[in-house]
Amino acid sequence: MAEREHPDDDEQGEPEELEPGPRALWSGTLTFGLVSIPVELYPAVRPARVALRLLGPRGRPLHRRYVCARESRPLTPEEIVRGYPVEPERFVLVEEEELAALAPRASRDLDLRRFVPRDQLDPMLLDRPYLLAPGGQSTKAYHLLAATLERRDRAGIATFVMRGTEYLAAILSEGGLLRAVTLRFADELRGPEQLGLPEPRRAPAARRRQLEAALAELERDALLPELLHDENARALRELARRKRAASADVIELPETAEAGGGGGGQVVDLMKLLQERLGEAPAPAPRAASRRSSGGARAGSPTRARAGARGGAATTRKPAARTQPRSKARRRRG
Amino acid sequence: MGARAIWKGVVCVGAERVPVRLYSAVQAAGVSFRLLHREDQSPVKQQLLAPDQARPVPPEEQRKGLEVEAGVFVVLRPEELRALQPPPSREIRVEEVIPAGLDLRWFDHPYLLGPDGDEPGYFALAELLEARRRLAIVRWVMRRRHYQGALHARRGHLALSTLRHPEELVAVERVQVPAGRAPDRRELALAEQLVEALADDFDPAAYQDEHRARVRSLIEAKARGLQPALPRPEAAPAPSPDLAGALEASLRATRRSARG
Repeated sequence: MAEREHPDDDEQGEPEELEPGPRALWSGTLTFGLVSIPVELYPAVRPARVALRLLGPRGRPLHRRYVCARESRPLTPEEIVRGYPVEPERFVLVEEEELAALAPRASRDLDLRRFVPRDQLDPMLLDRPYLLAPGGQSTKAYHLLAATLERRDRAGIATFVMRGTEYLAAILSEGGLLRAVTLRFADELRGPEQLGLPEPRRAPAARRRQLEAALAELERDALLPELLHDENARALRELARRKRAASADVIELPETAEAGGGGGGQVVDLMKLLQERLGEAPAPAPRAASRRSSGGARAGSPTRARAGARGGAATTRKPAARTQPRSKARRRRG
Repeated sequence: MGARAIWKGVVCVGAERVPVRLYSAVQAAGVSFRLLHREDQSPVKQQLLAPDQARPVPPEEQRKGLEVEAGVFVVLRPEELRALQPPPSREIRVEEVIPAGLDLRWFDHPYLLGPDGDEPGYFALAELLEARRRLAIVRWVMRRRHYQGALHARRGHLALSTLRHPEELVAVERVQVPAGRAPDRRELALAEQLVEALADDFDPAAYQDEHRARVRSLIEAKARGLQPALPRPEAAPAPSPDLAGALEASLRATRRSARG
């Protein structure tokens, strides 16, 4: 089963250990013809703030660790290796360095060789959104590409290799900021034919008119973000708040104990970093700001980095058993 | 051969009801590794350990808690959590219908929908959303959780993508691009020409995961006892200081290859 088979496997993964400041997931070069633009990639989504944690008998958060099935002791990342099953009980071992070395230099660049209309990016292909910060001293080429993509309303398409996995990505510009969104490869998507769905056929006019009228009643100009608030989290928060007020089942850990979540400073830091990298002048740019309203969210808290195997504090969701030692929980591909 | 649906629901547009089946639209295509203990090559398993890592904590001793502030947890009991679960429902309720072109960051996981009776209703809905370039924002309850998503049509069939919560998105609109960083007009004109020279329709099938193929051949070679030589790392290209010059040269190269 694919790990994200159900929407239950939503983004409430395991919060990663706190890190000092935002850390780029990838840094590399965007190339555009003979122009090369050093960039750093940061996640544009962050972990859900309300994640249930699993606690031990004395209220201390539990940690999910890899243990050896035979010795039943926790393993360090160095003690873990990827294996590909070639026959029962026989694995080919593949080292992290081997996977990294498989990617030729060129595949580690985002080489924009094709520019497509933005509205052709199929929502079904969209995987994860990222922000691109200028990575080098000069931001001139970065600003030039951002302005060009926005004026032409196009996205640059490229493949690149990040941490041993190849990604297809679309690079777009929004309000002067370059963004990336990873796309699923076509063979990762199932089509109506594979599912055995009936061929589309023209619906009878009467049924169409009924639905047309019903849809027209609900027509709006833009998304109402309030519709997307996390109801599951709201209910949990509300219950926790009531119980805390009643001093029921409240556990206060001593100062030294590890706290989970938090980390609101990280997003503030990411904003600051982007702001600084884009150029020193802090002058407001009202024109660009007003164009940046296409359904974005306003909220601030930690940048999500998917939990690695070593540090993840346990939540109530079980990660898939097959994963990689030092990378995102979701990536199993080599 | 039809695939098995994950769930069955009914799309409710006002008083109109269109029964559907929900299918996952994503399939695994990568190389799937197992994690092994290096020493004895036995597969590792995951266990929940207390902070001192001394012993695994069995399920009956585990409790669920929500951190309400740093270091303060409120324990939520199983019966309390059950009471929070929304009542089961088959309704996928359309809340609003908006123009397509929603910020891409909202889209999370895709599903395909198939008709579950009322084929005319299913295809009419797909036809209307597709022809008018509209998304229907929907909410539903599935497996005891609330979901929200965008219903859209794709070549005559209905698709449903879950949408992220506003709380999950980094507020990039707060980052302000400094004034006075507007690009040079000549450079912009050249860059736009280059983008147009490389403009094309998007064809997802034109891209393959080549790295996956490289990983597969590495595994095959190693399975035969070979240790393939690894390529040497190369240096990254240096950024070009002369933007206009680089753009002009790129344009010339693009036009040459278009002619030839």
